[in-house]
Amino acid sequence: MKYLDEYRDGKIARALAAEIAAIAIRPWVLMEICGGQTHTIMRYGLDELLPRTVELVHGPGCPVCVTPLETVDRAIALALRPEVILVSYGDMLRVPGSTSDLFRAKAQGADVRIVYSPVEALKTAKANPDRKVVFLSIGFETTAPANAMAAYQAKREDLKNFSMLVSHVLVPPAVRALLASPSNRVQGFIAPGHVCTVMGFEEYESLASDFSVPIVVGGFEPVDLLQAILMLVRQLENGETRVENQYVRSVSYEGNRPAQQILKEVFEIADQKWRGIGVIPGSGLRLREEYAMHDAEKIFDLDLISADEPAECISALVLQGVKKPVDCPAFAIHCTPENPLGAPMVSAEGACAAYYHYRRHAVAS
Amino acid sequence: MCLAIPGKILSAEDNDGLRVGRVQFGGIVRSARLDFVPEAAVGDYVMVHVGFAISRVDEKEAERTYGILREMGALETELPPEDNEPV
Repeated sequence: MKYLDEYRDGKIARALAAEIAAIAIRPWVLMEICGGQTHTIMRYGLDELLPRTVELVHGPGCPVCVTPLETVDRAIALALRPEVILVSYGDMLRVPGSTSDLFRAKAQGADVRIVYSPVEALKTAKANPDRKVVFLSIGFETTAPANAMAAYQAKREDLKNFSMLVSHVLVPPAVRALLASPSNRVQGFIAPGHVCTVMGFEEYESLASDFSVPIVVGGFEPVDLLQAILMLVRQLENGETRVENQYVRSVSYEGNRPAQQILKEVFEIADQKWRGIGVIPGSGLRLREEYAMHDAEKIFDLDLISADEPAECISALVLQGVKKPVDCPAFAIHCTPENPLGAPMVSAEGACAAYYHYRRHAVAS
Repeated sequence: MCLAIPGKILSAEDNDGLRVGRVQFGGIVRSARLDFVPEAAVGDYVMVHVGFAISRVDEKEAERTYGILREMGALETELPPEDNEPV
């Protein structure tokens, strides 16, 4: 496929890796923020192509992984109500809540349906006027405009049986929190290309200057990521701390204005709890007051429950790039994609699942 | 969750204020919303995420940067394979 295959070219990938090896004199720790990028790195073994001087740590950019336990518990509680159809992206179904998950709720008779697009969630509501359809609206800035469009259309069409349980996260406040943490080791960031496709990359300039770190907006194919790493290492070796854009075929400085507009029309910025990490101020989105009739938090009487992760799970440290999945004693033993202790083992984009699928035999040997 | 796939717009129409199109991904054709890419026309490539196009692929930028990469790849044939150790 055009714009995919050529960015998987092994020759170009090896040439980029050789160039990185030639210029990386000192040791550098880089973080890719997005779980989709983590997945590409593990799938193609990009970390093994790199010289020993360049270490990649994996960031918190997996929305499924950082959705708080409480949100999963509330989604399950809603799904178990007979009048409710709970509609969700497929990745969320196996994410453990404090005692169950949506998949098990479905097995108990809850009406849980998987959709690929929020448009299908709206269709489900129109096709089932006697039921209450709740869409579990999660995601980063990439997904927020599409989800916002669902609320916008529901309001416009007065679709009374459609609501959203919202748990949205924003990248720049999380990067700021990581950089401000005393345990931070990261010296350069690959910014998430599709988040920046929507938002542009102006927001990343203050991060680069406040913390003196280079940031390169990167794409998702192996060649994209190696080129982004090369650009970061070049800046680091030259003592530069700029924001650069590798993913020029999709990302512009100002981003996608119509998508930003619908996002702002429907959502407002709110404090948000990140699973395993805690509350990060201003790092989430909630529906504006004008959309209260489509806000599941407001139309259902939901208990405010607080829940804790299993003590055995070190996902908080994995999500902050402090530990690697293989550092966890439970990895591939008590914690597998079939029986996950923590969310990063569930989603294909979770760092633990990526290591499980592509690295567990290497670890065992 | 943040993946977006490039596809070629085969048709586009306004449907009661919503912009909807048919988009080809390799051998598969799917309907996608084009509300966020009003500038994209039939024949353009768009990046599609959860059923919505989030950008029109900038063909000129793609060709320019890929040209540089391809030159690097051509250079690679002169390098010993799989040699990743720092010199």
